[in-house]
Amino acid sequence: MQRRHLLGVAGAVFGLLAAGSAQAAWPERPVTVIVPWGAGGGTDATARIIASLLEKELGKPFNVVNRTGGSGVVGHSAIATAAPDGYTLGMITVEINMMHWQGLTPLTYKDYTLIAQVNADPAALQVRTDSPYKSAKEVLAAAKANPGKLKASGTGQGGIWHLALAGMLQSAGIPPANVPWVPSQGAAPAMQDLAAGGVDIVTCSIPEARAMIEAKKAVGLAVMDSVRNPIFPDVPTLKEATGSDWSTAAWRGIAGPKGLPAEVQQKLGAALKKVYDSAEYKKFMADRGFGVVWKDAKDFDAFLAKSDADFGALMKQLGLAK
Amino acid sequence: MLTTAFGLVFDPYVLAVIVGSAAFGLFVGAIPGLTATMATALLVPVTFFMDPVPAIAAIVTATAMAIFAGDIPAALLRLPGTPASAAYVDESYAMTRKGQLELNLGVNLVFSVVGGLIGTVVLVTAAPALAEVALNFSSFEYFWLALLGLTCAVFISPSSPLKGVISLLIGLGIASIGIDVTAGHPRFTFGSVEMMGGVSFIPAMIGMFAVSEVMRSVCDADAPLKLAQERIGNVFRGIGAVTRRYWKNVLRGSVIGTAIGALPGAGADIAAWISFAVSKKFSKEPEKFGTGHIEGIVDATSANNSALSGAWIPALVFGIPGDSITAVVIGVLYMKGMNPGPTVFMQAADQLYAVFIVFFLANLLMLPLGLAAIRLSGQILRAPRTVLMPIILMFCIVGAFAINNTVFGVGIILVMGILAWVMEENGFPVAPAILGMVLGELLEGSFMTSMIKADGDLLAFFHRPIAAVLGVATIALWLSPLLLRLLRKR
Repeated sequence: MQRRHLLGVAGAVFGLLAAGSAQAAWPERPVTVIVPWGAGGGTDATARIIASLLEKELGKPFNVVNRTGGSGVVGHSAIATAAPDGYTLGMITVEINMMHWQGLTPLTYKDYTLIAQVNADPAALQVRTDSPYKSAKEVLAAAKANPGKLKASGTGQGGIWHLALAGMLQSAGIPPANVPWVPSQGAAPAMQDLAAGGVDIVTCSIPEARAMIEAKKAVGLAVMDSVRNPIFPDVPTLKEATGSDWSTAAWRGIAGPKGLPAEVQQKLGAALKKVYDSAEYKKFMADRGFGVVWKDAKDFDAFLAKSDADFGALMKQLGLAK
Repeated sequence: MLTTAFGLVFDPYVLAVIVGSAAFGLFVGAIPGLTATMATALLVPVTFFMDPVPAIAAIVTATAMAIFAGDIPAALLRLPGTPASAAYVDESYAMTRKGQLELNLGVNLVFSVVGGLIGTVVLVTAAPALAEVALNFSSFEYFWLALLGLTCAVFISPSSPLKGVISLLIGLGIASIGIDVTAGHPRFTFGSVEMMGGVSFIPAMIGMFAVSEVMRSVCDADAPLKLAQERIGNVFRGIGAVTRRYWKNVLRGSVIGTAIGALPGAGADIAAWISFAVSKKFSKEPEKFGTGHIEGIVDATSANNSALSGAWIPALVFGIPGDSITAVVIGVLYMKGMNPGPTVFMQAADQLYAVFIVFFLANLLMLPLGLAAIRLSGQILRAPRTVLMPIILMFCIVGAFAINNTVFGVGIILVMGILAWVMEENGFPVAPAILGMVLGELLEGSFMTSMIKADGDLLAFFHRPIAAVLGVATIALWLSPLLLRLLRKR
């Protein structure tokens, strides 16, 4: 018992020493960047390009580690519960504002030290190429006239694209329950199911819908954003198509566990801004069709507070919140 | 597109990976008790750090080599190197006793190559065509496909169907751990965040195929191996005559092998058993079977290598594994962002064609490397178990950790290893459990989403034409034992 006690004290002393030196010149050893989603996906790709550019900027390796599973809960928990020494960071995603409403985890955005938001992909509305509905207006009219007839998909139950659909319907004065949600394993299988005639509409981001649209199996009807998307400039915004002001996007940002030292926050924030402004980052994101958005820690926090409250209200209405 | 694909393959790094994994595959295949699936499972942590093409090339090459190499100890020791050689191990050894070791090994090598190539041609032509059809599949079709796959796994399993069903239910039970695919509700997680992610099937498979094998070898300490013949002469003498006489057998074996490989749950081992039996049934001289006759070996050795390629067809097109190797491969594809399904042919076409090129390359490379393995077989077969097994266990643990960077993965391989060992020691086949784990989510997800789409109308499973055909086929398969029994009584 006593020995263990001694070891504990020794550990604490070493810990303090390590923390002290970390604050002296962060980063002095490799940094781990946790990604809550699988390798090869959009979040993974974004995290990897940012990590490689941060590495150039700060001179120490930034290693991306995928911690998948549990609809993002596992990875988000790993970021929040890591030691706040600046050597474990992570890419948090829109799900952090939704999972806690569903009762999957007590974690919220308040459990992180926010650094910056680096990306946002607006939701878009897609139908099959041979769909009888040729515009967003027709889709909304059909949803209003025949409750339960249209089926929509795009992600799991209560996922961001589910909320995008519900918000769009609500903004047009249609009860969200009029279009039942068919949960899918993600946007790609949902788009395939759309092409196969399994569902009638899919809400997901433009880069996720791109392959099927370019293969002429699906068409985009509207983007839920204030501006059109540069990849498909012919697709109108929701406002242009229907007059609705509703807009929503999946976003990604860099964060660390709560209580990150101020020096780390400052240095990382500055480096991240340089990375964001770099031509490499812009080109990488443009090639993939990913949207770029910058919000520093303060704006990010304000945005998250508003979006968290909005999602909470919407999810309660949909009966998704616990 | 083809030039990009060739560029992806003919890269010094990728070629080095192919040669390295070929040597690894030949070694693992030649050691009795180490299987091709185990070679795949052990490769996963290594491939983890590679780009998609070299990662998959490593698996393709190693498994093709392992299935051939399994024939070497069959001829020399009367022990199959992998279960895929078990069907003709006695025949093979009888040939050695007759002094026809060289002819036997030559036939094994040459027709393994030919079988592999024929299987690959079928894969390359059938998979993209099937994907075009599969693009029209919705959850209704996937539900029946998953059910058909699980049914096949139970029917084909070598033990009693009852044990097969129990094994399947164990797999489906494990698949239900974690966040439920439809409603997003956590199940059987006991409040653990790690459990919310479910039992990921790569660590599970490393456990079921590699750890269980290590445990088994600890239990049965076997006597030192004795080779039937030390010196091996020219293995290519007489191949021409065999080819002229039995070329139809090569074709038949390859076609049967590819088809059985493509059936979910049945792999190279069952392909070899069935084609050997077919060979005997249609032979002009069936009385020679069992006395060291080459004919059945020609069929079976072509079949087991072609089955490897065949298994990739449903794996790539539907995400339904054709055998236990592709069950692991599906996990790797997901990790590499090449999510299997009909859209993979649109989204990752370059990489996929590169993989097809690797299939051809690996089978051609088998000729020189396989010959080297035959020459070195004495040394390979003398590798001491007591050194090998701990190394394998070490690889398993490192690999399980590396996949998700968590000790939870190590826990999974140990628990699943013990589970698989207990099951096999009691005569329960492991394959249905694996298929249950891999297909559980698809089965449940496609059923639930179909029900949402159809507003709870069960008949919707027969409304779409392809779904109706698949549904009727599945139900007919279930009723077939009953019907057969009724017919026999009459």
